Amino acid sequence: MNIRAILGKIGLAAAVLVIVSPAILFFLWMASLSIKFEVDNAAYPPVFIPDHFAWKNYADVVASNRFLTYFKNSLIVTGGATALAMLVGVPAGYGIARMAAHKSAIVILIARITPGLSYLIPLFLLFQWLGLLGTLVPQIIIHLVVTVPIVIWIMIGYFETTPIELEEAAVIDGATRWQVFRHVALPVARPGLAVAFILAVIFSWNNFVFGIVLAGRETRTLPVAVYNMISFDQLSWGPLAAAALIVTFPVLLLTVFAQRQIVAGLTAGAVKGG
Amino acid sequence: MRLPTDPRFIEAVGHTLVYTALSVVLPLIFGTLAAVVFHAKFPFRGFLRAVFIMPMMATPVAIALVWTMMFHPQLGVLNYLLSLVGLPPQLWVFQPSTVIPSLVLVETWQWTPLVMLIVLGGIAAIPTEPYESAQIDGAGPWQMFRYITLPLITPFLFIAAMIRTIDAVKSFDVIFAITQGGPGSASETINLYLYSVAFVYYDLGYGSAIAVIFFALIVALAGVLLHLRSRTLWTEIGGGA
Repeated sequence: MNIRAILGKIGLAAAVLVIVSPAILFFLWMASLSIKFEVDNAAYPPVFIPDHFAWKNYADVVASNRFLTYFKNSLIVTGGATALAMLVGVPAGYGIARMAAHKSAIVILIARITPGLSYLIPLFLLFQWLGLLGTLVPQIIIHLVVTVPIVIWIMIGYFETTPIELEEAAVIDGATRWQVFRHVALPVARPGLAVAFILAVIFSWNNFVFGIVLAGRETRTLPVAVYNMISFDQLSWGPLAAAALIVTFPVLLLTVFAQRQIVAGLTAGAVKGG
Repeated sequence: MRLPTDPRFIEAVGHTLVYTALSVVLPLIFGTLAAVVFHAKFPFRGFLRAVFIMPMMATPVAIALVWTMMFHPQLGVLNYLLSLVGLPPQLWVFQPSTVIPSLVLVETWQWTPLVMLIVLGGIAAIPTEPYESAQIDGAGPWQMFRYITLPLITPFLFIAAMIRTIDAVKSFDVIFAITQGGPGSASETINLYLYSVAFVYYDLGYGSAIAVIFFALIVALAGVLLHLRSRTLWTEIGGGA
């Protein structure tokens, strides 16, 4: 290897380091804040790795503020909204792809463009009128605004790339439309199902704006619960950072282990979004 | 027809435009550079790409919380980092003149990965032949980027710009969690003002009016970008002949 090639390698390594360091440093600092006692969090110059780990920050978060209730709420809302979206969105995506209904695909895009708050005004009045505001139902329903377009959009892409010849062969063998969908199209599009499911789960889990308007004391999801912690204990950074990390940890884990699916889904959605 | 004379709304429109312009341009620049780097082959590329996209996948409220701590004027780590390179401490989100740039910093950190992914898709689609012939002609890396990569990824840059514009205009979670539009109303965008009107003052009628104007603004911005995009494609075809 000559000197130029070695220099090139070093340059590339440096560039990679510069590019990933904002993300790495941020999450390391987040972890550091969450395991420090207040003395260390208030120290100047800042302490990165403390002498004593404050694991009790995590124990405090889990024990306090009905954290487990909020965790359960988040699971129900995200689980419900994702399951319903898969139930509706996968057949819808199949239909749009096979009928080449590009105009209805644009309607899905409009759902992506519309700000979340503008759905909230009419739906808030509706939920109030129906007397549903004390329950989790309104949040499950409104999270569909996030999950359904994701599922439909990704599934259109996958169904469009599966060869139609397979389905024609099944029709010749006497399969009904439903059997073709259930036994031919669906198994072929299984990678797409995983992508749609993962992205719907993440974006529903992360959603904040719907919860802040619709959730009451008992029906908060985790992001809303974490936000509400800020006003209560302004100065105890350790438990706050621990709570933030607990909320986002499942998502970070998914990002690392399902990164291929996530990247595929995001680029498909994004590129087609143009 | 209170909107055109509502000074808080007009101020919010101004904030939204500044915030959006910065939050489109900066991620576009950094995202393109990052895509060029990630197109190269190096060890742990998949894992590092996963780490790189973490900011956009992580729960916005959770990261906003940590950024708020990092922005803290006395105890925040950002002012410590500034002091290491000899710069004076800043008030970040706690003073009107720096609040929007500080929020743009968070938004850029968060959304540069999305631009990177879109542009990376574009770079991956470029065939290798132009680079090979350019190399024979003695072109350097910068010339290859400027005259081969950049023109060929222009459509992808437009898609990224459009998505970024739509998302930046609508940005809510991070601004709300860090500043709630403050200090005063120095970082109140249209979306945050809409929230206040509809769900803090419970003026749902006026809120709906703002929502309609807001939606029209987003569609108009998307339309302008689509128009620009079709014009560039046209010049590309014309220039290629």
